[in-house]
Amino acid sequence: MDDSVAEQNSPLRILIADDSDSDRLILKTLLKRLGHEVLDVANGLDAVSVFQQESPDLVLLDALMPIMDGMEAARQIKFLAGERLVPLIFLTSLSEAGALARCLEAGGDDFLGKPYNRIIIEAKIKAFNRMRLMHQTLSDQRDLIRERNRQLTEEQEIAKRVFDNVAHSGCLDAANIRYHASPQSIFNGDVLFASPRPAGGMLIFMGDFTGHGLPAAIGAMPVAEIFYGMANKGFNGQDVLREINQKLKRILPTGMFCCGAMIEADFKLNQVQIWNGGLPDGWLTRPSGEHLALPSRHLPLGILSPDQFNADFERVGAAPGDRVLMMTDGFLESADSAGKVFGEEGVTGTLDRLEAGDHPFDAMMSAVHRFTGTFEDGDDLTLCCLEMMDEAGFAGLPDRAVPSALAGPAEWRCTYEVRERTLGEFSPLPLLLHICMEVPGLRRKSGEIYTLLAELYNNALEHGVLELPSEWKHSPEGFGRYYAERNRRLANVEGHYIRFTLHHSLKPDGGRLRVVCEDSGHGFDFRNHPSVASGISPTMSGRYAGRGLLLLKRLAETIRFHEQGNHVEIVYDWQFARTAENRDD
Amino acid sequence: MPIQTRRDDDGQTLVIRIEGRFDFSTHQAFRDAYEHGDPDIRDYIVDLSDTTYLDSSALGMLLLLRDYAGGDSARIVIENCNNDVRRILSISNFEQLFNIR
Repeated sequence: MDDSVAEQNSPLRILIADDSDSDRLILKTLLKRLGHEVLDVANGLDAVSVFQQESPDLVLLDALMPIMDGMEAARQIKFLAGERLVPLIFLTSLSEAGALARCLEAGGDDFLGKPYNRIIIEAKIKAFNRMRLMHQTLSDQRDLIRERNRQLTEEQEIAKRVFDNVAHSGCLDAANIRYHASPQSIFNGDVLFASPRPAGGMLIFMGDFTGHGLPAAIGAMPVAEIFYGMANKGFNGQDVLREINQKLKRILPTGMFCCGAMIEADFKLNQVQIWNGGLPDGWLTRPSGEHLALPSRHLPLGILSPDQFNADFERVGAAPGDRVLMMTDGFLESADSAGKVFGEEGVTGTLDRLEAGDHPFDAMMSAVHRFTGTFEDGDDLTLCCLEMMDEAGFAGLPDRAVPSALAGPAEWRCTYEVRERTLGEFSPLPLLLHICMEVPGLRRKSGEIYTLLAELYNNALEHGVLELPSEWKHSPEGFGRYYAERNRRLANVEGHYIRFTLHHSLKPDGGRLRVVCEDSGHGFDFRNHPSVASGISPTMSGRYAGRGLLLLKRLAETIRFHEQGNHVEIVYDWQFARTAENRDD
Repeated sequence: MPIQTRRDDDGQTLVIRIEGRFDFSTHQAFRDAYEHGDPDIRDYIVDLSDTTYLDSSALGMLLLLRDYAGGDSARIVIENCNNDVRRILSISNFEQLFNIR
């Protein structure tokens, strides 16, 4: 405040243009006495040129002057001043209203009548100086805001590139995934991740953070890290979700959370598992036109503490050609010009009208564009469609194992045993896979190794320890019963164990991994089991069960059963890569 | 005033009534509505009869109120939601955290 008062009283540089020598002199003397610096000229042309050279703070112009009159000078001076506010006051003995109005139209801010009144002059100069200073302050602040905003936008543009690399990444470009992520706002708080699972199949996560901008984007980083880190190591959707929830609960302030859905697609068992916490209904569409809602059954991520968090997935059978659609609420909130939203009706209407051969993803996108009447999207609109496919068709995904120059361990052996209630709570597969992946030669085979370990483990757990009959899985009803019973029996595994013994050694042309899996169950009659006996029974293929053993036989060099069938030994060989590939390693 | 508060008859229940849009613009007013309450308050009622719209930041604000009112032991009723509001609350499964009626 003191500053501005001082500034208000500080001397000004004032330009006077008047062709009357006596009037000019009177005014000049008067202003000088008030402490101002005065520049004076006798016509409009000189006024313009002095204005250009000296840039005065305030201009007093006689309306009628030779060479160039006050009106024209006013126009030119205002033009030269540009955004700067230079108060321009006409000095005039005119009293006709029209003439005075023309002075203001030419750019004048006010007029002073002749003869001069000292008190009025002083008051007007003060008043216009206040206005000039206020204008100055506003322009400075506006420039500052503009500059800050430019900086911020620039920083956000850079951050956006990082965010985009993180937020929409993984195997989203796989042939069986279609997605749309709105590029409208810099950070929209929507994330979409996809990763192939080492055992085959895919994991997809879609998330929508509350709020927009930086806070939302920051939350995306750890989620991406957890998702890709764990998915690559073979953790299942449940484990990944639990970890994400725990992390978000810890780092996000109360009131901020992440609506999300996890889709775990298994192309081998022909099923998808869904967890939806706070996103709009997802949909499973079948080529027949049938579609099934996958509604939100959970609280969003980052709200519940780890012990309250429920990571139960819904399991749905899905054959090749079936598709899963998932969207964020920005999709439902897409509005037309009248502000009406697309809504759930828009989605179900589109699905109801799907014709054979229509891709639901294309149908959705064009329906929403037709509805909004524009190809521009709202703020946060993410839509993703995953198509179930044949296990075989999926094998073409690139090998993600990072080549390493390190030789890694070659001769080693370890035993790992999971016991008691840990059997129901913990999967040893990521850990075991991790140990195997220390061997560079096995790293390129992570998918096969994981499958071997997983088949051994699941057989030992489900058929060995839990004694679940695989026949149940032959019918859709039995399928549900099987998993319900599995959960029930897992709560009661006292005295049980599953023991893995891994043994790796080098051979001249590569290496050999020997895996022994023992369990505490009663085993099975392997001598008369159709898929153990050498001929592969045609009736077994196409069924849900029995595949595990076929898969093991296909992947491993040998598979042998010992004791009463609760002791399985497989041998897996790998060869050194050809020399050309070796150099890349 | 889009947010009004009153004490219920027993003096231990604070009723917060939100008119119009319940979104980020009501953030401060909503916090003010319960933060200066006195220690006698045991129960909270969030009355949404005149609430036309509710967004995710409003869900966040409800979580803040829940934290303030004691987290898992908070006693909060959300009442008189219209269909749209109800839908948003149930997509997020907020009935697991609040008594919605």
